[in-house]
Amino acid sequence: MQTVQRRTLPLRLPRVRPGGVLPILAILAVLLVLVGIRQPDFLSPPSLMSFLGRSAPIILLAAGQYFVIVSGEFDLSVGSLVTAQVVVAARLIDGDPTRTWPVVLLLLAFGALVGLVNGLITTRLRVPSFITTLGMFLILVGAVYLWSDGAPKGGLSEEFRRFGRRAFEDVPLLGRVPYALLVLLALAAVAVLLMRSDFGRTLVAVGDNPRTAELSGVRVWRTRTIAFILSGLAAAAAAILLGGYSGVSFQAGAGLEFGAITAVVLGGVALGGGRGSVVGAMLGALTLELLFALMNFYGVSGALRSTVQGAIILLAVAVSATRSSSR
Amino acid sequence: MRRSMAALAAVTLLSLTACATDEPAASPSGSAPAGSGTGDQSKFFVQADYDAELSLLTAAPTGPADKPWEQVLNPKMVDTAKFKKTGPHKICFSNAALNNPWRQVGFKTMQAEVEAQKSRIKEFVHVDAEGKDQKQIADINDLLGKDCDALIVSPNTTATLTPAVEAACQAGLPVVVFDRGVNTKCPVTFINPIGGYGFGHVGAEFVSQKMKPGGKVLALRILPGVDVLETRWSAAKVAFDKAKVDVVGVEFTDGDPAKTKKIVDDYIQRYGTIDGVWMDAGAVAVAAVEAFQDAGKPVPPMNGEDQLDFLKIWKDKNLTAIAPTYPTYQWRTPIIAALRILDGEQVSSPWKLPQPTVTQDNLDRYLDPSMPPLHYAMCGCTDLPGYPQRWK
Repeated sequence: MQTVQRRTLPLRLPRVRPGGVLPILAILAVLLVLVGIRQPDFLSPPSLMSFLGRSAPIILLAAGQYFVIVSGEFDLSVGSLVTAQVVVAARLIDGDPTRTWPVVLLLLAFGALVGLVNGLITTRLRVPSFITTLGMFLILVGAVYLWSDGAPKGGLSEEFRRFGRRAFEDVPLLGRVPYALLVLLALAAVAVLLMRSDFGRTLVAVGDNPRTAELSGVRVWRTRTIAFILSGLAAAAAAILLGGYSGVSFQAGAGLEFGAITAVVLGGVALGGGRGSVVGAMLGALTLELLFALMNFYGVSGALRSTVQGAIILLAVAVSATRSSSR
Repeated sequence: MRRSMAALAAVTLLSLTACATDEPAASPSGSAPAGSGTGDQSKFFVQADYDAELSLLTAAPTGPADKPWEQVLNPKMVDTAKFKKTGPHKICFSNAALNNPWRQVGFKTMQAEVEAQKSRIKEFVHVDAEGKDQKQIADINDLLGKDCDALIVSPNTTATLTPAVEAACQAGLPVVVFDRGVNTKCPVTFINPIGGYGFGHVGAEFVSQKMKPGGKVLALRILPGVDVLETRWSAAKVAFDKAKVDVVGVEFTDGDPAKTKKIVDDYIQRYGTIDGVWMDAGAVAVAAVEAFQDAGKPVPPMNGEDQLDFLKIWKDKNLTAIAPTYPTYQWRTPIIAALRILDGEQVSSPWKLPQPTVTQDNLDRYLDPSMPPLHYAMCGCTDLPGYPQRWK
């Protein structure tokens, strides 16, 4: 069984890998030029650094969503999970700096647990992930509301908030380097290494053709469950950064699941799984954030963001559908 | 293939930072789009009410100076002899919601007031409508069958709750409405502070006076269509139009800090600098301050509210700020009013409470660092049973 797996997978890889980092880089470059024309200030080191820091949470979420999507599933629960994590963190820390690290660990465990539940319900109970994670979304929203009476309580310590808010100041050339950016780079490196490992190949194979993967000896349910756990962990990391950035909020994660899915699709990852790279997904998130920044500079109402996201999802899926049918 | 992908990623990151060697321009692009201005006046704006509220700002209250929750502005006494009843009483309260820190602090204050009056109140029934009109209509209906001696209502919305309050009046109960109003004169009294016009005006006047003439103001609102908030904005609009400041944006924040910080950040990026911030409720004031701090910009003149997190950052960072209030001590007054009505004593209707403003001069008086950040300074609760633990 093992040998079969080893032989088939590398053969499939060349088809999988080109999943399109070049198109997204091209879009990113065009947007950078447009931003540079409109608001040259934005490209100055401090401003660019804080932009990257602010974009770190959505980029992490896109990476987490990538694992799930490339394996052929969806995770709609990440936005509500982020909100739940921020509210839980505020209530548990309650302004006490000594509780920061235990709560951070707890949040990561909580994220992994939610991912595990999502994964097991999807793979073992055979509930479509769309429904599983929608259910989880509603459960988390309701639970948070019930637990907090609809008003946030407690407070985040400065120690907790520094991950999302503070930066190394006075760095030569760059000006300031946000902690969030360093967290992002470290976790992005882990994500890339993970996708280059056996696990990554298996994950893509599972999304490409679960039946073949199953026959080649891959435990599809386990691989997909791990993908959900990774998504939950990414949500926890994003929640720590977002909570740090904006403080206690009932809307910290509102709409982030759609942002992450849009970013993943924009980054050339096929909905339905099996195609695209995690770097593409993360660049997709960066591109999306840059697009929103550009819209802001041109005075386009922020209310149009969800419209733009919807259009991108439809367009990207339509493009990839016509491309694969013409093959 | 994979290696080239990683290389591309590295190149992207590098190129992003390489662009960063450009000299920062001295000023933001001069062709930023024109602001949305203050727009049309709200349909909630009533000139007579506006004039009345603004005159109340300078009116001298009657009543004990150290108990603003018992004071009245321009009292108009009404007779309540027909409600006279021997105690101890059962007082019932239909509450719109407990869904924000302002209401949480207020309700704790009300509970403490009940406790302080326990010799006269044998039972206090509280029903939380959880922000739902339909539930509150049902709640009030239920309470009518529970032998309450007096009914206190804080309506969720004005128009929808009016018939339910009318039904309660018809049941012969003395009804006391407070905080938000209803469209009927049937309650014995309606208790609230000066109101939205006063709040909005004080903040807008301060911001337009403290900033440079013609500077850029960002107005932050919670949500449209709520009378208290609409009147706050409409009074601010009058002040801004008169001062000829450039209102570059009027944005809705849902009262959420994450959304607020993002909006303020967007405006700072778009305009390079914002010269004043006005908001219709101070709960997100700290998020707005942080947006300026994190962007490395000075915090412009702004208003918040008497929430302690804002008072603290105001003092710590020496902000140019003001805090008009909508005092939580108004939650004490309905209990006091209900007991007076049951004694057959005259009460004022409407019962207009003073609405103090926190300024640089009296900031220290209101800032109590030992209380939690989401506490409200105007709770009027320091003499009540259980202070301070109950509010922590």
